[in-house]
Amino acid sequence: MSYIEELQKRVQHIEKGGQEKYHQKNEEKGKLFVRKRLELLFDEGIDIEDAFFANCMDDSLPSDGVVTGIGKINGQDVCVMANDSTVKAGSWGKRTVEKILRIQESALTLELPILYLVDSAGARITDQIEMFPGRRGAGRIFHNQIKLSGRVPQICLLFGPSAAGGAYIPAFCDIVVMVDGNASMYLGSPRMAEKVIGEKVTLEEMGGAKMHCSVSGVGDVLVKTEPDAISYARNYLSYFPKNFREKPRTYEAKAVKEFEKSIEDIIPENQNAPFNMYDFINRIIDEDSFCEIKKKFAPELITGLSRINGKSVGIIANQPRMKGGVLFPDSADKAAKFIQLCDAFNISLLFLMDVPGFMIGTKVERAGIIRHGAKMLAAMSEATVPKISVIVRKAYGAGLYAMAGPAFEPDAVIALPTAQIAVMGPEAAVNAVYANKIAELPEEERAAFIKQKQDEYRDDIDIYRLASEMVIDAIVEPNNLRKELVKRYQIYDAKNVVFTERKHGVYPV
Amino acid sequence: MEEVKAMMAGNVWKIVVAVGDTVEEDQDIVILESMKMEIPIVAEEAGTVKEIKVTEGDFVNEGDVIAIIES
Repeated sequence: MSYIEELQKRVQHIEKGGQEKYHQKNEEKGKLFVRKRLELLFDEGIDIEDAFFANCMDDSLPSDGVVTGIGKINGQDVCVMANDSTVKAGSWGKRTVEKILRIQESALTLELPILYLVDSAGARITDQIEMFPGRRGAGRIFHNQIKLSGRVPQICLLFGPSAAGGAYIPAFCDIVVMVDGNASMYLGSPRMAEKVIGEKVTLEEMGGAKMHCSVSGVGDVLVKTEPDAISYARNYLSYFPKNFREKPRTYEAKAVKEFEKSIEDIIPENQNAPFNMYDFINRIIDEDSFCEIKKKFAPELITGLSRINGKSVGIIANQPRMKGGVLFPDSADKAAKFIQLCDAFNISLLFLMDVPGFMIGTKVERAGIIRHGAKMLAAMSEATVPKISVIVRKAYGAGLYAMAGPAFEPDAVIALPTAQIAVMGPEAAVNAVYANKIAELPEEERAAFIKQKQDEYRDDIDIYRLASEMVIDAIVEPNNLRKELVKRYQIYDAKNVVFTERKHGVYPV
Repeated sequence: MEEVKAMMAGNVWKIVVAVGDTVEEDQDIVILESMKMEIPIVAEEAGTVKEIKVTEGDFVNEGDVIAIIES
């Protein structure tokens, strides 16, 4: 055999991945081969691949079970590491870990986004001394991820299991997309749970995609198929610059989608009646530009990327249709991470307020709502990208603060004529102040007294009074809101500030 | 069969369907009053209302079953 023939033979063998039976098994589960995934992910396939021959002295471990390299998404170079689950279930040996570390280090030096296509059973126990505890062991993958965090976008597409320590790869990514039915994350498998703590539970219940995307919040986006996950990631990246030094690309502006009902028509007059905030969002953003994150987790607060006049804008919006739009520990967590994500990559923020406040009661106090709420306030406060707060309807209590109220240096607080800012709503306030008085009154006089006091209270918090006191910067007709936002984001683009100088804050995480 | 559960603690303000009614996905079943807000509790799938487990004025906790829908 000539040198060339030998090389070609070896390349062909490695390119095929693991044994045929594992390919078949994957196919039955709707899982694509790692090289097929990369073909779909990149504009035109992987451009460069390193350590293709890793562990090539062992025929049974092609590329040591992971593909690493660089290719283009939307014309932009991005780094990738992709497990090959046809090779020893995608488990990590010494060289697997070294390959992952090296592509991460490329992402660090080139300051390029990195994607982790995860489908791995975890550590290869037989290799543990070489791959687990040392300086270049698996722990360093997470150390690198933490170093990369906020410098370049980090995306995890979870196609299979991500077990034990491996589950920290998704945890340190900006976003985790999970394929329903196949993706899972857990520290200890159901089998281990039964043995060690006596719990009987299925994998889906304990660490399945649905659970993580709706209950734990470790997952962000639930998709049906692998191609869905890949196209989500390609679209998601279009809202981002390649690293923290740059601004997101501006796209050609698209008009708002046309609706029969205007914004004015969809906002109910009664502050306490629900309406659907998605209808509001769709009436101010470029058509079809909403890329939602954590749709199924804490749905009382909507977070997503959008474009307004072609520019990336991160939206944080209360959803009165779910739990009254009240803020809970989970909604505060969700907001904090999303705000940090946008601020890290120079994506402007838009807060849409219709919030009765933070939830009260034993359950949430025990869950540490004060601590979680403080986290949201800290992230929002520290964000130095252009931020605009729109008071759609009510903004009560600490809800006003958490949603970038006037004290937190938003570039503008814009009120719609339906806005109402107060420590609490009229019903609660009259009850709090006059409870004793109301109890003393004869029953037939109570209703009239309550109504009179509520009316007085409403006058006191009248939106024009707040405009007169310069609490808010503008009152805008709802149907002109988009125009106003377009102008303001254009102008605020010049913003360039540093929050404060220090090593880092000490937050109530 | 779907159990419609309260998504947060509150009082049952209005029951807007009756046993035997056909409901669509996302249709309001009851409206809670909590934090001074009207909180609609909706059916997650279409079906027929088999049982309503609360009456107006009841206090419900997060996770309490409010109604049962048969699909």
